Amino acid sequence: MRSDGPSRGGFVQPAAVQPPRRVPLWRNPTARAVAFQAVAIAVLLVLAVYLVSTTIANLEQRGIRSGFDFLENEAGFRIGETLIPYSPSDSYARAFLVGLLNTIHVSALGIVLATIIGILVGIARLSRNWLIARLASAFVETVRNIPLLLQLFFWYAAITGLLPAVRDAVAVLPGIYLSKSGLMFPVVKLGNAFPFVAIALLLGIVAAFAFRTWAKRRQDRTGERTPVLLVGTGLIVGFPIVAWLVSGAPLELDVPEKGRFTYSGGSSVTPEFLALLLGLTIYTSGFIAEIVRSGILAVPWGQTEAARALGLRQGRILRLVVLPQALRVIVPPLTSQYLNLTKNSSLAVAIGYPDLVSVANTSLNQTGQAIECISIMMAIYLTLSLSTSAFMNWYNRRVALVER
Amino acid sequence: MSDRAYVAERILPDEEPPAASIGFVGWLRANLFDGFWNSMLTVAAALILIRFVPPLVDWLFLDAVWGDAPPDACREAAGACWAVIWEKHRLILFGRYPYQEHWRPVLGMAILITLVGFSCNRANWRAWLVGAWALGLAAFFALMWGGFFGLTFVPNVLWGGLPLTLLLAIIGIVVAFPVSMLLALGRRSHMPVIRAICVCYIELIRGVPLISLLFMASFMLPLFMPTGVNIDAMLRAQIAIIMFSSAYLAEVIRGGLQAIPRGQFEAAEAIGLGYWKMQRLVILPQAIRLVIPPIVNTFIGLFKDTSLVAIVSLTDLLLATRQAVSDPLWRAYFVEGYIFIAIIYFCFCYFMSKYSQYLERQFYTGQTRN
Amino acid sequence: MRLTGLAVAAAALLGVSGPAMAGATLDAVKERGAVRCGVNSGLAGFSIADSQGRWTGLDVDVCRAIAAAVVEDAEKVEWVPLSAQQRFTALQSGEVDVLSRNTTWTLTRDASLGLHFTVITFYDGQGFMVPANLGVDSAKDLSGAEVCVQSGTTTELNLADYFRANGMEFKPVVFESFEESKTAFFNGRCQVYTTDRSGLASLRASDAPNPKDYVILPEAISKEPLGPAVRRGDDEWFSIVKWVIYATIEAEEYGVTQANVDELKANSENPVVQRLLGVSGEMGKLLGLDNEWAYRVIKQVGNYGEIYDRNVGPDTPIGLDRGMNDLWTRGGLMYAMPIR
Repeated sequence: MRSDGPSRGGFVQPAAVQPPRRVPLWRNPTARAVAFQAVAIAVLLVLAVYLVSTTIANLEQRGIRSGFDFLENEAGFRIGETLIPYSPSDSYARAFLVGLLNTIHVSALGIVLATIIGILVGIARLSRNWLIARLASAFVETVRNIPLLLQLFFWYAAITGLLPAVRDAVAVLPGIYLSKSGLMFPVVKLGNAFPFVAIALLLGIVAAFAFRTWAKRRQDRTGERTPVLLVGTGLIVGFPIVAWLVSGAPLELDVPEKGRFTYSGGSSVTPEFLALLLGLTIYTSGFIAEIVRSGILAVPWGQTEAARALGLRQGRILRLVVLPQALRVIVPPLTSQYLNLTKNSSLAVAIGYPDLVSVANTSLNQTGQAIECISIMMAIYLTLSLSTSAFMNWYNRRVALVER
Repeated sequence: MSDRAYVAERILPDEEPPAASIGFVGWLRANLFDGFWNSMLTVAAALILIRFVPPLVDWLFLDAVWGDAPPDACREAAGACWAVIWEKHRLILFGRYPYQEHWRPVLGMAILITLVGFSCNRANWRAWLVGAWALGLAAFFALMWGGFFGLTFVPNVLWGGLPLTLLLAIIGIVVAFPVSMLLALGRRSHMPVIRAICVCYIELIRGVPLISLLFMASFMLPLFMPTGVNIDAMLRAQIAIIMFSSAYLAEVIRGGLQAIPRGQFEAAEAIGLGYWKMQRLVILPQAIRLVIPPIVNTFIGLFKDTSLVAIVSLTDLLLATRQAVSDPLWRAYFVEGYIFIAIIYFCFCYFMSKYSQYLERQFYTGQTRN
Repeated sequence: MRLTGLAVAAAALLGVSGPAMAGATLDAVKERGAVRCGVNSGLAGFSIADSQGRWTGLDVDVCRAIAAAVVEDAEKVEWVPLSAQQRFTALQSGEVDVLSRNTTWTLTRDASLGLHFTVITFYDGQGFMVPANLGVDSAKDLSGAEVCVQSGTTTELNLADYFRANGMEFKPVVFESFEESKTAFFNGRCQVYTTDRSGLASLRASDAPNPKDYVILPEAISKEPLGPAVRRGDDEWFSIVKWVIYATIEAEEYGVTQANVDELKANSENPVVQRLLGVSGEMGKLLGLDNEWAYRVIKQVGNYGEIYDRNVGPDTPIGLDRGMNDLWTRGGLMYAMPIR
């Protein structure tokens, strides 16, 4: 674009073309670009040097410790919910790990649930059924237009304010109790059989996938359909059951029992986790519903008509014709919703769920090392975000490849 | 006349369509009872509505306690306790702003909302609108701070409630806008260093939650500043919000830039415009016009996200409400307080989202006609 | 060329950020005409604002006393309500001149957070509060309970230590904000609330729908010496804050009260009182103030006993006996260094 001199030779007399004069250095685009960038780097460097030296001077002058050594020190505080064993005598590093796992735990569950609800609501908004469509759109408008933090406070206050105290916990089902202290439910203790069952479950999943691949090839070859869903579920459920029976069918139910204050034994979900999961799922599902709706609308109506002309049923039209095409429109914005959900899980700190931010915040207050704690927290989120978007980009390319 | 009997001799009057396909019944059939599954769905949804809506209406309106009533009256009533709103609405709306001076934030918010309303009309999108905004914001700050004409000075640690929420959101977008334009241009620049800086900034900010930026602003920023330089808590939160929204806005504007056909750049260069003139006169006006609806959506997100400042102890609408309902006398009625501000947030966001949809339609038809 | 210029400019800017000069705080306060004081955003008896924005409480009165001594008017205080998380940053960065926010004096804080504790204004210990109907009467019975606690406090650490030392289990429910933690407890989310015993008394008085429904268990599981802190690196300001508080204690010991201070100033023959009230000696000058500094403190705010009784004493809703906080002459721990 930046050609020096006229290029449409036909309009210009050759005599008029002068040998390109030497452009002065300050008018030369390349030189200017280099200079401009050099200045940018210099400004940035000076700014960085200034900030770092001010900070170091401040830290020294005010006698604040710095460095990441504290990660090795004993944390000294307890964490309410942990996925891995943790005690106050463990290090800060382990405390951060516990927080990170809690963040991943609630985000992963939230993503799965929000996707399911979002797809259902998105389809419901397009339903020919007036009542269903209206209900769905009222849901979407409500959850999208109220701040998530307010919704979280609401759910948390509703759970802790309206449920009975733990001593009067209601038994939803025998052995399952609901109260201000959360949801307590029995778990099956497999004891020695656990490793076998776990391996069998893995094998079952692998077998189900293998079967699906085989069934697809068979359908391509012969046109005959196989009940993939049924057989697959059978494999995934059946393998562990067989393994359990073979290893002597040990059955021990760990049922929550009422102690002096709360229930002990079994497993439990705290109200903080429940409220966070509920809030994240509902809020994000509103956005996913809109994405799904616009994705479906982006598929030309002719596709649906053509599918109908082929005699496909409504469910199958959706599953085999519309959704696969809509998916290409849906996946990129869906990715950013998943990232948003993960980042929004940081609001856990407001309702007392010990996620990464909450642990970092506690560590910050106990050690006074704000810079280190916040940097760790940001670095972890950045890694999570970048790796999630890398994965979704990969998936997006795969979906896009289907196009012919 | 012939005797060919099969010829109709007169036009028969139009018959009414079958009763079941028109009018109310027809509408019902088409929209609610179209086939077995749809009918089942309708019945199920209707049953759920019948089960839940009447008690909800009772709770919200019929059994509710309205107006000025003591907490005891609420304890006896079966419905919602709107008396808590009556009692606490000033605290919820204005936080700790001095009670006698509440007319000032009211007037200030009126100015801001008028400006926003004014800016919604496309006929007013002229250069003088920028001046109007500058004046309006100056008036807002003057009113809130006071300290002249006998108005008492109110330091901004006392600002709170809805004016604070509006202020954080509006300043957040107004200041972030030029920054984000530079970032978007930088990200599309041919200079690798500039591009790298902008990409890093944008991706870094978009990769972390807003709350971590707020924490950074309130805990780390003071350590970056030389001794004696103080940035108060409100400004710190505002800086975090600006950093956050500028990264998101930059991506929106980049989308607009990418939609501008190459010919526009070439044409601008052909008539000898330099880089900045080209951007200012040719590219950006078109690009921004294209992305105004998504900018409004970003603003909606930002408006909701300002509620996060409650976590770093700024008394915005949300924290003011929480303080109001933590009064032991009224603690049982937190739901009413939350519903009240949920309605406020909803009104603002709903209006803005409808406005952005309206703009989208306007721009869309404009594009196809040309 | 441009680079060197920028570097010079940066160096010049860096020069600005050199270490604070001793005495800078006093000068800044005098120039501003007000003391900036970091307080708790709401803890009845210690620091709480009413609907008109007037602050009251023991921690608040400490700041008012400093203002009376330094800028001659106890009302010339700029209040900065701070959360537990914000307090140290606010003091480090110079956002406040003094942090008077029921803050526990510990080694870590003294040595690694860039601050100096001055004098203890309230001796406290951490305790537990439980609903009366649980029938618990000792902290030793709390094994297995859910405990609501605020993050970023020594409380959180003491709690873990105590249960560990006694071989008991508990489930912490940790909140970032005080508001949220107390709301959760009174909503019944936890069976136990823990903080300093004075804080428990304050909460029970101000927040419990019916104070009799809650009991504070007898055990104090830690030492919680609370007092104002100042930034490191300004010894002059450190001394002023220290001696203002000693003056209030000394005044109580020698019977100087808000009511009789004028009369004692005119007539007292006691050399200690004369020195305290600036009748003789140059005590104020040595601190960088005038000689009436302590007179103004007592006249405008009162002596320690008056401050205590007015805010948290037995006749207030908080209802705390003097106990450890009584004068050393009456078996307590309040002992002022001699003003001479």
